[in-house]
Amino acid sequence: MEFFRDANIDFLGKKWYFLAFSLIFSVAGILSMAFWHGIPLGVDFRGGTLVYVKYAHTPDPGAIHGELERAGLKNARVQRYGPTTNNEVLVALDIQETSEQALDRGKTQIIQALAKDTPAGKQDLNNSSSLAIANYLLEKDPLRVAADANPRYTAMAQAIVDYRDKQKGGVLNSIDELKAVADPAAVAALQDGFFASDFGVRSVEIVGPQVGKQLRNQALLATVYSLGGMLIYLALRFEWIYGVAAVLTAFHDTLITVGAFSLMNKEISLTVIAAILTLVGYSNNDTIVVFDRIRENIKLLRRERLADIVNRSINQTLSRTILTAGLTFLTVLALFLFGGEVLHGFSLALVIGILIGTYSSIAIAAPILVAYQDWRSERGKRPIAMPVRTGNGQDRPKAKAKA
Amino acid sequence: MTKSLGWKLAIIVGILVLFVFGIFGIPKDWSGPGLLASVGDRIHLGLDLKGGTHLILQVQVNDAVNVDSDNAIARLKEDLRAKKINYAEITKPDPVNHPDLIVIKGVPPEQTSDFKSIISDRLPEYNPSSGAENSWTISMKPQSLADLKNRAVAQAIETIRNRIDQLGVSEPVIQEHGLGEYQILVQLPGVDDPGRVKEIMQSTAMLEIKQSLGGPYPSEQAALQEHGGVLPPDAVLMSGKSVGSTRDTEGGQSWYLISRASAVTGRDLRTAEPSRDENGQPAVRFTLSGEGGRKFYSFTSAHVGDNLAVVLDNKVREVAVIKEAIRDTGVINGRFTAQETQDLSMTLRSGALPASIKYLEERTVGPSLGADSIRSGVKAAIYGMLAVLIFMLVYYRWAGVNADLALILNLIILLGFMGYFGAVLTLPGIAGVILTVGMGVDSNVLIFERIREELRNGKTPPSAVEQGFSHAWITIVDTHVTTIVSAAILFIFGTGPVRGFATTLVFGLAANLFTAVFVSRAIFDWVLSRKQRGEALSI
Repeated sequence: MEFFRDANIDFLGKKWYFLAFSLIFSVAGILSMAFWHGIPLGVDFRGGTLVYVKYAHTPDPGAIHGELERAGLKNARVQRYGPTTNNEVLVALDIQETSEQALDRGKTQIIQALAKDTPAGKQDLNNSSSLAIANYLLEKDPLRVAADANPRYTAMAQAIVDYRDKQKGGVLNSIDELKAVADPAAVAALQDGFFASDFGVRSVEIVGPQVGKQLRNQALLATVYSLGGMLIYLALRFEWIYGVAAVLTAFHDTLITVGAFSLMNKEISLTVIAAILTLVGYSNNDTIVVFDRIRENIKLLRRERLADIVNRSINQTLSRTILTAGLTFLTVLALFLFGGEVLHGFSLALVIGILIGTYSSIAIAAPILVAYQDWRSERGKRPIAMPVRTGNGQDRPKAKAKA
Repeated sequence: MTKSLGWKLAIIVGILVLFVFGIFGIPKDWSGPGLLASVGDRIHLGLDLKGGTHLILQVQVNDAVNVDSDNAIARLKEDLRAKKINYAEITKPDPVNHPDLIVIKGVPPEQTSDFKSIISDRLPEYNPSSGAENSWTISMKPQSLADLKNRAVAQAIETIRNRIDQLGVSEPVIQEHGLGEYQILVQLPGVDDPGRVKEIMQSTAMLEIKQSLGGPYPSEQAALQEHGGVLPPDAVLMSGKSVGSTRDTEGGQSWYLISRASAVTGRDLRTAEPSRDENGQPAVRFTLSGEGGRKFYSFTSAHVGDNLAVVLDNKVREVAVIKEAIRDTGVINGRFTAQETQDLSMTLRSGALPASIKYLEERTVGPSLGADSIRSGVKAAIYGMLAVLIFMLVYYRWAGVNADLALILNLIILLGFMGYFGAVLTLPGIAGVILTVGMGVDSNVLIFERIREELRNGKTPPSAVEQGFSHAWITIVDTHVTTIVSAAILFIFGTGPVRGFATTLVFGLAANLFTAVFVSRAIFDWVLSRKQRGEALSI
C-alpha cells in the first residue's frame, strides 16, 4: 500500500495562496486577541478560584447561581462542565475574590452556599473525608468491637469512601447504597450522624495573584527559550537561514494555535502551554525532513534552480510528511476523543497544532528559504552556501567560493 | 553477518529483561493483582491520578529578618550603655519592606570611633553608614541577609516536614519551589480535605516562657497608665485571653506586661503531649530537655513567688505563680479542645517556624476525579496505540510487524526507565506515552519510506535497507533533538502534571532512538539473512 507515489505538485507556485491562507488565520487570531476575546487565560495564569462540583442529578446552573448570590457571592460564574450526562458544574470566582491573606475563603463560601440544606447536627457524607467518617464510627462503635476498633473502622471508612468515589463517581444518592460495602449496623449508625447531599466536590483549584503572575512569566520564558533552542540547534546543524526559517514556521504555528484558542474563547491553561511547547519541537520535525532532503538534493543537482530543488524535495518527502503527521495525529485524536475533560484543552491544542505544523512545513518553511535566496540574488550576491553531506553521513560546510 | 546478528539479539534481549525488571521489580506474587501492586510500588501515580492536595506556600522571610534586627537592637542598646555612649533613639524606619534597617540618632561625634568598633565587633553581619545630624543607618550585609533568608526557608521546610510526617501522610513531597522566591512546594497524596493539614503547617508554634511583670490590665491604655506612660525598657505588653473566658466568648482580652527575655523557649523542649489540667480540661504537658531543664530550674528557683507567663506565638496563654522551683515539666492550658491539644503538642514537638507562611496556591483533586482520569487516559492510550499498530501492519505488511515490535519494546523501555528513576506518572504523562507512540513510529516511517525509495531506484533489498537506515538516521536524530529540547525546557519550567508529561516524552523519545534504529535494523537483518538472493522485501 502506498500513498502519494510520484507526487509532482508545484508547491512553490502556490506560495501566494499559502501566504493568503496563513495571513487570514494569523490576522483573525491577532484581531480576536486584540479586540474580541483577548487571550483567554486559564486560572493558572489569571489567578482565581475554581470548584468542580458533581451532582446526583442534572444540575441547573441558573438555580446554583441564585444560591451563590444569596450567599453573597455576586460575581460567581457557574457553567456546565463536560458532557451533560456527567452532571458536573464549574463554579469560578475571579482573582478579585481570591486573596493570599485567606486563600481558600472563596472555596469555603462556595461549598457552604451549596450545602445550605444540611439538616442540623448532621454531616454531609458526600463531602466527608475518610478520616471524618472513621472518627465518627469509632465514637459510635456500632459493631461493638472491643479490640482493634481503630484499624477496623479506618478500613471500613476507606471502603465507604472508595465505593463512593470509584464506583459511584463521587456522589451517593442515599446512605442506603452503602449496604453494598458496609455492615448494616454501621450504615444505620451513619444514618444518624450523616446525610447524603446531592453534590460532591470533585476538585478545587485556587491560584493566588503572585503565582498567577509567576506562571505567566514562566510560560512566556519557556516558549522563548524553546524557540531560541531550536534556532541555535538548527543553525548549527544547517545554515543559519534554515534555523530562522524553522523558527519562523514554529512561531507561525504557535500564533495560529493561540489565535484559534482566542477565536473559540477556550481557556489557555498550563497544560495547553505544555502542548504548544511540544508543538514547537514537533512541528519542526517535518520541516527538518524537508530541509534534510533539500540539503541532499542541492549536492546532487547543482545546476538546478533552488526553487526547483525545493519543489522536488517537498514532493519526494510528501508521503513521509503526511504519514508521520497522520500517525501522530491519530494518537492525538484518540486523546481528544477519549482522554476526558481534564485533557480537553491540551489535546485540542495538539490537534490544531499538528494540522497547522504539517501544513506550514510545506507551505511556509520551504518558501522562506527560496524567498531569501531570491532576495540575495536580486542584490547581486552569490547564492548561499549549503553544508553538504559526504558519503559517510558527516556534514562538511562547503566553502562559499565554490558555490 | 549471523555472528553480529547474534550479538545484536543478545543486546536486545538483555535490554528487554533489564527494563521489564524496571517495570515490575521482583513481584512477591505472580498473580494479576500482585503484578499490578508491584508496578504501583515502582511507578508512582501523580496527584492528579491518585487524588491529593498540592500547595505552594511562601515563607515570609522578612519575619526572620525582623527577629534578627530586633535582637541586634537589644544587643546594641546593652553595649552602648556598657560603653557609656549616648544616643537619642534607635528605630527601624521600615520594618515591612526593609526589616534589616536600623537608624540610630544622636550619637555624639567624639564617640564615633567607639560606636563603629561596637558595630564591627558585636554586629559583624551589619554595615554602618553615617547620615545627617549624627545619625547612623545600620543595614545588614547583602550576603548575610541572603543567608539569613535562605536559612529561614530551609528551616521552614524542615519544620513542615516534621509536622507532616507526624500526621502520617504517606509519600509527601516537601521541597523548595525553585520557580518562585522563598517558596515551598508541598504535595500530599491522598489528602483531599487539606483544611486541618494547612492549619497545622501554618501555625508558627513559637513557645516562650517568660516572667510576667504585671497585669492583667483591661486595655493597653490601662497598662500604660499603670506604669506612668512609659514601659520598663526590658518589657513589652502582650495580649491574652482573660481568665474565665471560654474559647467561644470573643473580646475577653487582657493585657500583661511581659519581660523581653525568655526563661526557656520551644527549642528547649524535649517533648509535648496532650493531657488534662487539674480541672480535667484538655491541656498540653511538655517536658524540657536537660539543658532547658537546668535553665528553667535556675530561673524558677530565683523567682519563687513571681508570676510566670506561657507565651505562644506572642499571645499569653497562661499566667501562674511560681510556687516552687520547677525542673523540667509544665502544662499549657488555655481553653483548648481535645483536637487542638493534639495538634498543638504535635507542632510544639516539630519545632517552631522561623517565620510565618502564606499560601499562594492550592489544588485539590478528589479521588473520584483521579479514578475517572485514569480510566479515560488508559482508554485513549489503548485506542491511540491500536490505531497506530494496525495502520503500520496494513501499510507496511511484514515491515509493519517489525515497526510494531520496535514500538512495543519502546514502551517497555519507557515504563522501565520510569520504574528505575521512580518517576511520577500523571494524566498529561499518560498523554506523553500516547504521543511517544505517535512520534516514535515516525522514525520507522522515515526509514521505511527511504527504503522503498531506494528499492524503486533499483537497489537490492540489503543495500536498500543499508541506505535507508544510514540516510534516515541523521534526520531522526535532528527531529528527536528538537522535540527533546522543548520537552526538557518544559521539565525545567513545569511542576506536577506538566513535568510528568515532559518526563514520559523525553524518556520515550530517547528510547525510540534505540528501538526504531537498532532494534528495527536487527529485525531487518534477521529477515534478510533468511531470504534467498534477489527475493523481494515485504515493505
